[in-house]
Amino acid sequence: MRAMTSVRGQVHLWVAQRVTAMLLAVAVTVHLVTIILAVRGGLTAADILGRLRGHEGWLAFYAVFALAAGLHGAIGLRNIAAEMLGWRGRGFDLAWLGIGLLTAAFGIRAAWGLYAA
Amino acid sequence: MRAQAPSPVGPAAPRRPGGLRARPHPTYLAFLVHRVSGLLLALFLPLHFWALSRAIEGEAALEGFLRWADTPLVKAGEWLLVVLLAAHLAGGLRVLALEFLGWRRRQKDMVAVTAGFALACGLLFLLNLL
Amino acid sequence: MPQTSREEREGPRTLAVRVWRGREEGGFREYRVPAQANQTVLDVVTWIQRELDPTLAYRFACRVGMCGSCAMTVNGRARWTCRTHVSRVAGPEGRLELRPLANLPVIRDLAADMTPFFDKWAKARGRFQPKDAPDGAVPEEFHVVPPASRQRREADAGIECIGCGVCYASCDVVSWNPDYLGPAALNRAWTLVNDVRDGAQAERLAAVAGDAGCHSCHSTQSCTEHCPKQLDPSAAIAGLKRRLFWDTLLGRRA
Repeated sequence: MRAMTSVRGQVHLWVAQRVTAMLLAVAVTVHLVTIILAVRGGLTAADILGRLRGHEGWLAFYAVFALAAGLHGAIGLRNIAAEMLGWRGRGFDLAWLGIGLLTAAFGIRAAWGLYAA
Repeated sequence: MRAQAPSPVGPAAPRRPGGLRARPHPTYLAFLVHRVSGLLLALFLPLHFWALSRAIEGEAALEGFLRWADTPLVKAGEWLLVVLLAAHLAGGLRVLALEFLGWRRRQKDMVAVTAGFALACGLLFLLNLL
Repeated sequence: MPQTSREEREGPRTLAVRVWRGREEGGFREYRVPAQANQTVLDVVTWIQRELDPTLAYRFACRVGMCGSCAMTVNGRARWTCRTHVSRVAGPEGRLELRPLANLPVIRDLAADMTPFFDKWAKARGRFQPKDAPDGAVPEEFHVVPPASRQRREADAGIECIGCGVCYASCDVVSWNPDYLGPAALNRAWTLVNDVRDGAQAERLAAVAGDAGCHSCHSTQSCTEHCPKQLDPSAAIAGLKRRLFWDTLLGRRA
């Protein structure tokens, strides 16, 4: 029964990895275009805030982006740690999930900061 | 055609027993690039969020950070991150296409396209920096 | 006229063959074997055993690429030795290094223990299980399987596996996670997932899910690259992932 539950968890992590990958495919494309355009003539705080301050659309975009990136990265690190360091099991999986959500929260906080600055 | 051409004339490459299971082939190299880029990007993500969160303290704090980052070394790091991000994006799209659309043909050509995309993004970034 | 040595024109007269002797612990012994114009790696091993060293252990049966029992590591890469010509792999100096298949226990010399490999086929439910009629009667549901149907073509793509273990020995994920079922077992499971007459679909999909199953595959495609039958286990594993993705997302799994 325990083993069964743990396999379900593994499948759910994989599904989360692929769903976030699909979201990131769109978000990272937008991000790359933004980066390449934004560095033209140098990055300034005024430029960045001029684009993001008070703009709900960008806030929503970056909130989803941060959530997807945080989870995607943590699940990827989990796979690497399992294969290279032998860190396997439900305890590690839950810890990585926590790390992913924490990273995402940190990113959403930053997005809020740019929106409200 | 996966069948190998007859062995060309030349010494057989030395092989390390017990080394990598698979001799490097394009999709294997693509996996290595995907793994290394993913690892570095995942480790960079918290730093990125930390830097952006300077804005919480106001425009001046963010501006101060950006001016601190205006050094060739940081710019080189940013260029590397752009290439890693583009490589991870393109490589990830190839894997998603394989897994979800069953695009199993011409994998080697697709690997070449992903590499080209990553380098093109790096070049564009560089051109816009100057 | 470019200069070419006699070796490059005619190939070497003698092969220098380093052969693994022993079990997990052991070492290489070198044998000199006369080169022939037309000779497989298995021919070389057989010649050593008959003419030089009758204690050499190795495995073969059909010698024509059907039975899947003669696979070994040839110059660092897993190959079926009965269909691998020496001229293709030994280079102009005629060097061969032979080891048992990787990722498997060694019985002795060139004979790997295939037990874990075949145990995993069973674990992945790689056996056809007819629907209904446990008493052996003809099942109620009678299927006509058109050869051109999508499912039949998916099954056909992977059906010619001879169980040689080359993909399993070439797979990095197996070496990182000893529980991983491996390309051959998952490829077999995918052919059965596409068999409309099979009655054990839910159990099979459960057996191939998770870190020991298809979800650990990173699509490095070493299996596809090295399969001597030109099968594509990597695509079969992708099929299992795709099926389990939608089943999980749409709540079709218990």
